Amino acid sequence: MLNFTILQDYLPTLWQAVILTLEFTLLSTIVGFLWGIILTLIKISKVKPLVLLAQFYTSIFRGTPLLVQLMLIYYATPQLLNYQITALQAGVLTFGLNSAAYISESIRGGILSVDKGQWEAAMSLGVPRYRLLCDIVFPQAFKNTLPSLVNESIALLKDSSMVSIIGVADTMRWASLVQAKTFRAFEAFIVAAIVYYILVMALTALGRYLERRVRVSD
Amino acid sequence: MIRLEHLKKNFGDLEVLKDISLEINKGEVVAIIGPSGSGKSTMLRCMNLLEVPTGGNIFIDGKNILDKDVKITEIRKNVCMVFQHFNLFHNMTVLKNMTYAPMVVNKLNKKEAEEKAMALLERVGLAEKANEYPSRLSGGQKQRVAIARALAMEPEVLLFDEPTSALDPEMVKEVLDVIQNLTHTGITMALVTHEMGFAKEVADRICFLDGGLLVENTTPKEFFENPKSERAKQFLSTVL
Repeated sequence: MLNFTILQDYLPTLWQAVILTLEFTLLSTIVGFLWGIILTLIKISKVKPLVLLAQFYTSIFRGTPLLVQLMLIYYATPQLLNYQITALQAGVLTFGLNSAAYISESIRGGILSVDKGQWEAAMSLGVPRYRLLCDIVFPQAFKNTLPSLVNESIALLKDSSMVSIIGVADTMRWASLVQAKTFRAFEAFIVAAIVYYILVMALTALGRYLERRVRVSD
Repeated sequence: MIRLEHLKKNFGDLEVLKDISLEINKGEVVAIIGPSGSGKSTMLRCMNLLEVPTGGNIFIDGKNILDKDVKITEIRKNVCMVFQHFNLFHNMTVLKNMTYAPMVVNKLNKKEAEEKAMALLERVGLAEKANEYPSRLSGGQKQRVAIARALAMEPEVLLFDEPTSALDPEMVKEVLDVIQNLTHTGITMALVTHEMGFAKEVADRICFLDGGLLVENTTPKEFFENPKSERAKQFLSTVL
């Protein structure tokens, strides 16, 4: 009934698909992280209109489904900007913009959780605000935020399977194609599931390692 | 050195400091005492603008620090504070805690800053803890490091905000000893404390606050033996 040997012909393309999934996740994480930091800085700044704008941004990306955002960016960009966006670009952009909204909230929470005494001690020694943020607040906030950043990148990795819908040749897309060609659903999708599981476990282990590294001061 | 003129501070509707005028001379050690909620800490925190006063003026070295063109970081590097909860930087070793501000603010190079830090750690008896993180120190040790960290800035003024209130009783003395060794070294000190015996022993002057007002401002001998106001008498009868 089960016959995994039929997958043999498709293994080379599986490898490419896994690489693409990783590449996609990495790019989206980088975009999400960088844009998330900028959003955080805006949110903790005292420029009221910018703060409101950043909050509005966050509410939009957290308040609508990721799939809707992906469809809008992929199909509406050519219509509105007359630019033929590739599926990969649309995916990275959507996932980056989306995760930035979540990441900025976690980092903001991490910053708020830094003891007020740390700010006051630095201020009372005459340390300027930007140095105080860079050298004292951010490192401590990062430590508090790390677990949720790891969670966020795990979510990104799994959600990346969604981009197969717009035609990115990722792991999920590979499984769909194999299923279509061989009419074997279980074999194709269970392999995809195992691949995602292994990747998530690897990411979890990496996260644990990083957490141990940043906890040396405890 | 420090002159407060009609200092007022409100938190919303709450008047914490009503009208305080006070002068602290160079090299003087002033103990600020009073019941909780009397405004002691708020007054101290106004002196380096951790709290911005609602009204009045604060002069340090003749400069009104509330002036728009005074750079507050310039004032603060000369008026350092020691906190009740130590507030050592959690993400830095003891040595880094000590060298950080001197390097960033006073532009010392690493070698100078570390030499000075080690000398100060030696002075507070904690040289062997230089490479530990603060989480590995006891409360008393943390506070001694915090004092040394403030001294590393070579400030003219040291503000102590209840430096022993968060300590276990057996650690109070080691911290008070360090503070006592600083008196009469020319450094101006304002000390909010509940340690009456210590205040009596080391202070040149006692400021007694109650209800946001400076009720007594006199020598320790006069204050403890012959308090003028009813409120000071009442306070002393409960704490002594």
